Amino acid sequence: MSETITLSVDGEEITIEPKRTVAAALMLAAERPAWRRTRFNNEPRGLFCGIGVCFDCLVTVNGEASLRACLIPAEDGMVIETSERGTR
Amino acid sequence: MSKENSVRQKHCDVVVIGAGPAGLAAASQASGAGAQVLLIDQSLRPGGQFWRHASEEHDADPGRWHHGWNTYTQLAKVLERAIGTGRVEHLSGHHVLTGERTGTGLGLTVQPVPELADGVRGLITVEAPAVVLCPGAYDRQLPVPGWTLPGVMAAGGVQAFIKTQGAAPGRRAVLAGTGPFLLSAAASVIQAGGEVAAVCEAADLTGWVPHGVAAALVPSKGLEGAEYISLLAKHRVPYLRRTAVTAIHGEQRAEKVTVSRLDRHGAVVAGTEKHFNDVDLVGLGWGFVPQSELVVQFGAQTRIDIDGSLIGVVDTRQHSSVEGLYLAGEITGVAGATAAVAEGRIAGYAAAWMAGYRVRGARQAAAAQRDKILRANHRAFARAMHTAHPLPAGWESWMQEETTVCRCEEVPYHRIRESTETLSAQEPRGLKGTTRTGMGWCQGRICGAAAICLAKSSGDQRKEQAARAVAKRPLAAPVRLSDLAESRAQTRPLKAP
Ligand SMILES: Cc1cc2nc3c(=O)[nH]c(=O)nc-3n(C[C@H](O)[C@H](O)[C@H](O)COP(=O)(O)OP(=O)(O)OC[C@H]3O[C@@H](n4cnc5c(N)ncnc54)[C@H](O)[C@@H]3O)c2cc1C
Ligand code: FES
Repeated sequence: MSETITLSVDGEEITIEPKRTVAAALMLAAERPAWRRTRFNNEPRGLFCGIGVCFDCLVTVNGEASLRACLIPAEDGMVIETSERGTR
Repeated sequence: MSKENSVRQKHCDVVVIGAGPAGLAAASQASGAGAQVLLIDQSLRPGGQFWRHASEEHDADPGRWHHGWNTYTQLAKVLERAIGTGRVEHLSGHHVLTGERTGTGLGLTVQPVPELADGVRGLITVEAPAVVLCPGAYDRQLPVPGWTLPGVMAAGGVQAFIKTQGAAPGRRAVLAGTGPFLLSAAASVIQAGGEVAAVCEAADLTGWVPHGVAAALVPSKGLEGAEYISLLAKHRVPYLRRTAVTAIHGEQRAEKVTVSRLDRHGAVVAGTEKHFNDVDLVGLGWGFVPQSELVVQFGAQTRIDIDGSLIGVVDTRQHSSVEGLYLAGEITGVAGATAAVAEGRIAGYAAAWMAGYRVRGARQAAAAQRDKILRANHRAFARAMHTAHPLPAGWESWMQEETTVCRCEEVPYHRIRESTETLSAQEPRGLKGTTRTGMGWCQGRICGAAAICLAKSSGDQRKEQAARAVAKRPLAAPVRLSDLAESRAQTRPLKAP
């Protein structure tokens, strides 16, 4: 097994340790504390409960929308799209 | 991920829901008695919230983040063996959506967690004479100005992140709320290489004094606490009592924290503000909320516990008011992992007995006696802990008009106040209708505790009604509507008989 894996985050490649969740990859490797905007106030949101309860951490993975980033183990080649693209 | 929807049916002697301390103990006990066990858990790996860990492939020494790791490895070994012999089937990465009484036993519908499902997404229906429900809890929250900023997390979420990632989700943290759990989260941040600027404890801790006896009954808890305190002292972390985080500031993320002293009623004392700059992680925790929705769905008797939580009522065998439904762990009252294990063993044994697998003998009797004593001691300790760490009655004193209460539907405090004052939304259900509080993705799991307080439910009976209204969700696990629509279409033909 290789030591690192690569994900694409909004078109940029990041290299991470294989044990990361998608949320942890976004925070630790992509240095993105937030990756979603709220419907009404357009506020940035990231990880809150960390265990799949709050739905703050929603993200699109391999084309599938509204998945909880805190629950998804990162896999080599995953394509992550956030609604924070370019607004960092 | 392709979507293949099918409905499968399963039968077994005992279903255990939740593979945390309680569920693992229940599954090992029931299978040891000879019962055929189906263990269902949302996560991919067993352990629950307490023993949450990365796979061994990724972390050679997960035990370094844990207490009681030996107990976990023993239970995991028993489980592995029982899976090997076919006595236990572990349905990981699946959540239980509904539970109901059927004519012949208890019925569940189960679905793969969409985030973890590779391909198959169909529903599974399960029927069994006995179910041991061990769903655990999640962090209890109170809103505070700025708590929606990225970098603000549930204290348990901080802990879970560190246990699985081996790194802290921030560089410099403030932990705040109430309860000894804050100390354990702070210790983890330090152990993971982060810095802790302060731990803010809303209680003044004198509440422990009259309960010294209860604390003495559980020496391991005292030791664990002493370990944290000495680690924090070594790192010169201030442990601020009768203090709360009263505002979190930042543009795109948390950057700075204001803390204030609280008076005897838990209200902010004006002019006592202090600031911590350069803080990128705030962990908030006000105890835990047991996941009671399945208890409510089954129609089992509930009550309000000493910490204000809605919990299931059980007898000495952990049996609920519903025939065949056993409850163990936090769902019978937040009391920690050791109590959960003892209750899980008692419940697993009783459930197997009910399903016809009966073990007798002196060894079993002695073990059962030990579990009863453990349960009693840890329950007494928990009562002392809850009494010493109440929710501060005056917490609304730190709210501002625009502070978000419901994070999903972005409902500000003033809208709820207007609603409770003018529209007589005197209970959380009324708040839902008038303000959409609790109607979003999380179904009121995060704002529920605040909604119950704000709806001014007074008296234990009204409180229980309010809490049951909050916990009354058509589905126990949050599920995406698209998945549900697809699965629904598939279930109908099989539901017929
Ligand atoms: C995020 C978090 C972190 C915590 N960390 C600590 C800690 O470090 N130290 C400490 O002393 N205490 C901690 N606690 C408190 C801890 O929950 C308890 O002490 C202990 O884990 C309780 O054991 P349990 O078996 O009752 O529940 P849990 O350990 O919570 O186990 C319940 C399991 O059931 C699963 N589940 C729930 N509902 C369903 C469903 N509908 N379908 C399928 N599966 C379901 C959950 O995913 C979970 O795996 C933490 C709590 C939380 C919420
Ligand atoms: S952080 Fe709450 S669901 Fe992911």
